[in-house]
Amino acid sequence: MMPATGHPTPPAPALTASTLSTGTVPSGPPTVACDRPVQGSILTPARWWRVMTLLSLVAGLSALVCLQLGTQYIGVGRILGLVSSPLFGRPGDEQMVDTAGVILFQVRLPRVVLGFLVGSCLASVGVALQALLRNPLADPYVLGVSSGAALGVAVAVLFGIGTTVLALSLLPVCGFVGGLVALAVIYRMASTHERLPIHSVLLAGVILNAIFSALIMFITSIMEPNRSFGMMAWLMGSLTAPAYPVLAALSGYLLIGLVLLFKQVRVLNILALGEEPARSLGIDAERVKRFIFLVSALMTGAVVSFSGMIGFIGMIVPHAVRLVLGADHRLLLPASALVGGMFLMAADTVARSLFVPSEVPVGVITALAGGPFFVYLLVWRKDRLA
Amino acid sequence: MTWIDHTALTEAGGLEAGLVAHPAYTVGGVHFRYGQSRSQGEPWVLRDVTLEVAQGEILGIVGPNGSGKTSLLKLLAKLAVPQEGEIALFGRPLRGLSHEVVAQTVAVVPQDSPQMFPFTVAETVLMGRFPHRRRSGWSLGFGWEDGDDCQAASQAMVTMDIAHLAGRAVTDLSGGERQRTMIARALTQAPRVLLLDEPTAFLDLQHQLGICATLRRLCDERGLTVVIVSHDLNLASQYCDRVAMLRAGQVRTVGAPAEVMSVEVLREVYGCEVLIDAHPQSGLPRITLPRQGMPFRG
Repeated sequence: MMPATGHPTPPAPALTASTLSTGTVPSGPPTVACDRPVQGSILTPARWWRVMTLLSLVAGLSALVCLQLGTQYIGVGRILGLVSSPLFGRPGDEQMVDTAGVILFQVRLPRVVLGFLVGSCLASVGVALQALLRNPLADPYVLGVSSGAALGVAVAVLFGIGTTVLALSLLPVCGFVGGLVALAVIYRMASTHERLPIHSVLLAGVILNAIFSALIMFITSIMEPNRSFGMMAWLMGSLTAPAYPVLAALSGYLLIGLVLLFKQVRVLNILALGEEPARSLGIDAERVKRFIFLVSALMTGAVVSFSGMIGFIGMIVPHAVRLVLGADHRLLLPASALVGGMFLMAADTVARSLFVPSEVPVGVITALAGGPFFVYLLVWRKDRLA
Repeated sequence: MTWIDHTALTEAGGLEAGLVAHPAYTVGGVHFRYGQSRSQGEPWVLRDVTLEVAQGEILGIVGPNGSGKTSLLKLLAKLAVPQEGEIALFGRPLRGLSHEVVAQTVAVVPQDSPQMFPFTVAETVLMGRFPHRRRSGWSLGFGWEDGDDCQAASQAMVTMDIAHLAGRAVTDLSGGERQRTMIARALTQAPRVLLLDEPTAFLDLQHQLGICATLRRLCDERGLTVVIVSHDLNLASQYCDRVAMLRAGQVRTVGAPAEVMSVEVLREVYGCEVLIDAHPQSGLPRITLPRQGMPFRG
């Protein structure tokens, strides 16, 4: 369809790249001039499906393992039987649904699901923040977004806003607001400096963390002792088995966030090139950045309000996945979500079965795994971060 | 095989109508400074710049450090917007064009682009197809590249002599290899205008020559318009149709290298004496620095 411009304009010779190789090729061995040097060096849909299928299978199997372990061992056969019994509904099975069933359905299953959701969200937010800030050390915990969200939740609890409204807790919203404050500070830093050095972002995170932690400790200290104890336990990061309606509400928050992030994967690729190249490729970098910061704050707020401050997943998991699978966010983001979920599921299983019957906060486990890794990256792999 | 969807461009207020009649760029009375437009303290980076870039020519922008070369290039790419004055791209005011339309027409090769993430060279080059991506339905933003995209990237990589690096991570490349990757990405964008900032800064002699010859060929055969910011006066002299010489944010002079590059002009612009003779092959001006401590007389 020709545009009605009044005078016929012959289509200008479009500069197609296919014409670029005519004439003399500057140099290079002629044997390389094959049709597709690209194939095999990029992410293809086939590879995407292979990797994602494999990871999903592994995630399913590890969930099964995590369901078995705990204060009381429940075998695979028993689990499968328990899961399938309501489906097939054999009468007279009440005896079957005994303590093991109660443990499995009331405690372990919601907890494993929560762990998976929280882990995958933290890892996804980590991927997004790393691409936006072009900083492989970015992570909601390190940048102070988690503690901002925790402060929001703590304030809400202090003033009693934490009680549910219409069966939905408002705590995630308060966490969202707190996380947003932290991200606003970082966004402002990132937009005033053209190229933000990695270390100044980390420094901002350190300072934000210090301020937020001080305020949280202040709030905790003026609470009644029994409430402040619960507060401390929550802050250390734990995945106390939630009720199913609560779990459903959380999944809602997190799935919306994940879908919104997944819609931006190709844009994240371009943004990771740098802000100016991204803009010269037609991306409204400011708008995308604000949008992704907003989604990150939403997801972090929701996660923190349920599970406290679980650190370093957003940094370790994307880093490891990128090493193995490459940097393309189309695979990096969903794969990190799966691996992050598995990682936290496993860490939580360790946390609750290491010193039976008492329980280690899962935040302690992830921090013990992530902290040294962080130091390793910062000190020994400095060349990669310059 | 046409990369640019002309109907889409026109519907989006594109550049089709101006392609024949207008110069690639018309820059009129442009004043520019960084920071907020209100901040009076900031000095102008560019003052009253008026310039025209014809279609299919190679324009070199030269000048001393801080003379505003890179800023001018950013304005042409719409990476920055001038406070005063007007820039037109193929007769359309740049202000009114979306980043998307500009990106389908203009490709930019930045000065240096250190990379943080281990994308492969092929993946990086393929990102040049982003402005031409298909916007079909609900694909969760994945937008897989098709065979045509891959072929475009392959050929740009062969042209830039990086095909053998396809699977390497951009974080592991040398400066010159990274530079060639970025130029290949810009070519994959299938632009009508190519803006390059110091494209030869990290390149060895062989690849400097290769890239200059390639750009020349694309201009002559395909009508590509090229604007190069360069410190290399000899390169500008040998390969540019015209040279714009900037000094303290103003255009000192524009013209063919033979007209512009004189001892007097270079003394005024750069504040130092140089030797100028004719290139033995092309007869174009050749600039040589005098020996230290041996002031040139004559």
